Amino acid sequence: MRAPPEEPPARKSVFFGVGGLLAAMLYLALVLRVDSQSAILGLLAIGATGVFIAARLDLISAFRQSYRDNERVMDVLSIVAVLILAAGFHNSSFILFLLTTVLINIIACLGLNLQFGYAGMLNFAGAAMLGVGGYTAALLGQNAAIPPILLLPLGGLFAAVIGSILLPPMLRTQGHYSAVVTIAFNLLFTTFLEVYGGFGGTQGLPVQSMSLLGLDFNDDWKINGFEVAFYANYFVLGLMLTVIVAAVVRRMERSWIGLSLDAVRLDETSARCFGVNIALWKAVAFMSGNFIIGLAGTFYALMLGYIAPTNFTFGDSLILVTIIILGGLGSIWGVILTAAIVIILPEKLQAIQEYRFLLYAIVVTFVLLFQPGGLLPRAPRIFFPGWRP
Amino acid sequence: MSPDILAQYFVSGLMLAMIYSLVAVGFTLFFGVLDIIHFAHGDVFMVGAFVALTSFIGLTLAGVNIVALQLVLMIVVTIAALALLGILTARLLVLPMKGAPALNVLLMTMMLGTILRESVRLFYPEGANPKAFPHLLPTASVSLGNIMVRIDNIIMLAIGAATIVGVSLLINRTKLGLAIRAVAQDEETAKTMGINYTLIVLVTFGLGSALAAVAGVISGLYYNEINFSMGLMLGAIGFSAAITGGLGSIYGAILGGILFAVLQIIGAVAMPFASAYKDVFAFAVVIVIMTWRPTGLISTLSSERV
Repeated sequence: MRAPPEEPPARKSVFFGVGGLLAAMLYLALVLRVDSQSAILGLLAIGATGVFIAARLDLISAFRQSYRDNERVMDVLSIVAVLILAAGFHNSSFILFLLTTVLINIIACLGLNLQFGYAGMLNFAGAAMLGVGGYTAALLGQNAAIPPILLLPLGGLFAAVIGSILLPPMLRTQGHYSAVVTIAFNLLFTTFLEVYGGFGGTQGLPVQSMSLLGLDFNDDWKINGFEVAFYANYFVLGLMLTVIVAAVVRRMERSWIGLSLDAVRLDETSARCFGVNIALWKAVAFMSGNFIIGLAGTFYALMLGYIAPTNFTFGDSLILVTIIILGGLGSIWGVILTAAIVIILPEKLQAIQEYRFLLYAIVVTFVLLFQPGGLLPRAPRIFFPGWRP
Repeated sequence: MSPDILAQYFVSGLMLAMIYSLVAVGFTLFFGVLDIIHFAHGDVFMVGAFVALTSFIGLTLAGVNIVALQLVLMIVVTIAALALLGILTARLLVLPMKGAPALNVLLMTMMLGTILRESVRLFYPEGANPKAFPHLLPTASVSLGNIMVRIDNIIMLAIGAATIVGVSLLINRTKLGLAIRAVAQDEETAKTMGINYTLIVLVTFGLGSALAAVAGVISGLYYNEINFSMGLMLGAIGFSAAITGGLGSIYGAILGGILFAVLQIIGAVAMPFASAYKDVFAFAVVIVIMTWRPTGLISTLSSERV
């Protein structure tokens, strides 16, 4: 059988991708820069109208297609754009802190996506896994002379090991039943931390700061009168971690690992009939996901400098789950977009701070009713190079 | 340990079991007819307590001073208000999402819970602070044999038990209950047999929310304090109880509620040095039970295994 004749390659323009990226970054910069509440509300209205018009003119699908066709270029451009954006706020601690928090949530949600989006394992204990990482950083950092950079993989490892306690029930139960296992674990985790005095109780624990090669991350920089807030250190490291984790998750998704995980999620019975080892792949997804979430938690603790059980409640797990469902299950760019929205928006809307959770819940309700696949649904798997669905 | 203290533990255990069961039965009813987890149910319970308080204040202002009348009217108003809330929830939020992934529905109901919780906190006068709930029942004690039990506890237990028995009679003995069970078992077949599916779903949501109303009133009367966040933990416990018992089974939900209360009381009695760990203990046991019986203690679903 001969291969069909090659079609002339479609024009793979980066135009829409770059245009969209520029527009998004400019918009984000404006939202971050503006402080007056009426201006922010105005910006939100403009943004919503802009997205609506772009969707009507088919610009958004052109943007996504452009990203898909020129993946390497657009990935690099996106990283550069985020770095430029952060450089613009080099002396604003708050903005850099906010951006780094977004990055941490992206990392955690990518881990959750492995479990949830690919293997279909409900995990409502994301915050508990963040907490395991955070408490690892605090306890090991205090008691042993471990270089802080090593705490990151150690935190991930501890989360994977402690999370594996849940593996036997998770492998035996399905759907809502496994949801209750993780919900129970998260409640158990925070209650335990609150009542057990050894880990600081409700007061929490201080965490040492990050340092690398003699550079303490909690020092501001000053080069020729050019001041850089110390959160810039955390931001750069966070961005590096995000890029690494996103690359690993994407490689996993596109390899036979991702294929096996998809098979497990879509139909366990037929996957099993075709020789996919369900228990093995669920264990792989659950433990690697928890490793990534634990890593994010360790980094979060190192940046905050202080952790308490209230950082890791069931409500925080819900926020992580919300991010990946709103982004579109399994979609990496979806996680990035919604993490930015979910973390930044409530912080900027301080004037209506009292009402922000209410508004946020209402917005999510509307998205679920009218855009149930999430904001950026996961693209179909590309089985052959150059293949377009 | 003196019999008095044991009796106290027993009564408070019964009271907890009652409240948990009432909430868990709601979870299991919703799951039965619509295969969804209504995660806002805990917050519906909280709204019930606040509606009860408001109606009490309203009744006092309106000049109704007979305690028994106040109590009865309060319960009636609360049940009616929450049944309406349940019906509206089903009509506006849950039924339109039929066919969506189960996860989206779960998230939707969690968001509804947030909306209810935040609305009470923001719009109820000083809703962010705990509110005192009036003592409406006589607090004198009667002696049963050689132990003393407070009258109000007996009345509350009686109300709760009557409600649970009433619901199980309704489900198992009436035509409406037959229709609910039919829809729970097989929606398509139930429809072809002429059962009005939408109506049954709405009625079930009304019924389940009314149970949460009773639980809310009892909880307010028992603890004499209510606050806007009390629904979150109770929702999680009620959900755990329903799941542990086996979703879709009424007796499973009641069993789960009793089990959870017993676990908490055992946690408090057996480990007095660590009574703060009672929730940790209860949730740990739930995880172990789920490992042992992956579809709950009384399972109604045939499991699909390869």
